[in-house]
Amino acid sequence: MPAPLFYFFAAITLIFGIMVVTSRNPVSSALSLVMCFSGLAALFISLDAYFIGIIQILVYAGAVMVLFLFIIMLLDIKSEEVKVPRMGILAGGVALALLFTVQMFTLFAGYEEGKVALADRPLALEAAAKDAPLVGMQKDLNSGTLPDTKLMGYTLFHKYPFHLQAAALLLLAGTVGVVVLSRRDKDKEDAA
Amino acid sequence: MITLSHYLFVAAILFAIGLTGVIVRRNILIIYMSLEMMLSAANLTLVAFSRFRLDNGLPDYNAQALVFFTITVAAAEVAVGLAIIVALYRARQSVDVDAVTKMHG
Repeated sequence: MPAPLFYFFAAITLIFGIMVVTSRNPVSSALSLVMCFSGLAALFISLDAYFIGIIQILVYAGAVMVLFLFIIMLLDIKSEEVKVPRMGILAGGVALALLFTVQMFTLFAGYEEGKVALADRPLALEAAAKDAPLVGMQKDLNSGTLPDTKLMGYTLFHKYPFHLQAAALLLLAGTVGVVVLSRRDKDKEDAA
Repeated sequence: MITLSHYLFVAAILFAIGLTGVIVRRNILIIYMSLEMMLSAANLTLVAFSRFRLDNGLPDYNAQALVFFTITVAAAEVAVGLAIIVALYRARQSVDVDAVTKMHG
C-alpha cells in the first residue's frame, strides 16, 4: 500500500474516532464510528488481512452499528442538553489518555523490530506453496494470490475447532440472554 | 515507507481516544461505542504483528484467528450490553450514567 493511502486511512480512522467522543448527538457519534471502523478495515486490508477487513465492515460497521443506531432511535435519545462540563473529570480523562500515548510512544521509540518496513517483509507466496496443506491453496499461491480466507478457515477449523464451538455457544447464550433481558415482566405489569 | 511502528502508533492513539471517551462522556451509549473503539485498536496491533511476523512466507494466522474470536465476543457483548441499556432506560428513563447511582455506598 502506498504511504499516502496509509496516512489517508489512518487520518480517517483517528479524526472520526475523535468525533465519536466529541459530538453531542448520539446519532452523529454512531455514524462517525461507522466511518472510523471503515478506515480501520482499510488498514487491515493494507496489512494483507482481507478476511478480517471484510469482517470488520460486515460485523462492526454493518451489524453492530445498526444495532446501536436502532437502540438510539428506539429510545428516542435527544442530543445532550449542554450541561456544565465536569472540569475535573474532563482534565483527568484527557491527561490519562495523553500519559498513555506518551508512554506508548517512548516504548515504540526503543523497539527495534518496529523499524522494519512493510516492503522489507514481502510475502513469499511461491515458497509457501510447497507446504500448503490443500491443493486449492497451492494453486492460489503458485498463481501469486494470497488465499487469505482459505488459510483463515484452515486455521480456525484445524487448529481451533474447540474455540470455534465455544464462540458459537457464546453467541447462543448471548441471544438467549438478550431475549430474557428485554422481555417485559408480565406479572409485574398486571400488578401495577 | 510504512513501518510496524506506524500501525502501532495509530492503534495507540485510537486506544487513547477510546479511553478518553469512556472516562469523560456521561452518555452510556457513547461510553459503549468508545469501548468498541478500544477493542478495535487492540485488533489493529494484533493484525499488524501478524503481518510483520511472517510464518513460512505467510502472515501468522494464529493472530488473525484471535482477532476473529475477539470480534465474535465483541458482537455478543454489544448485543447483551445494549439489552441491559434498554432495561436501564425502562427503569430510569435516562441513559446518563449519573442517573444510576443506586450502587453508591
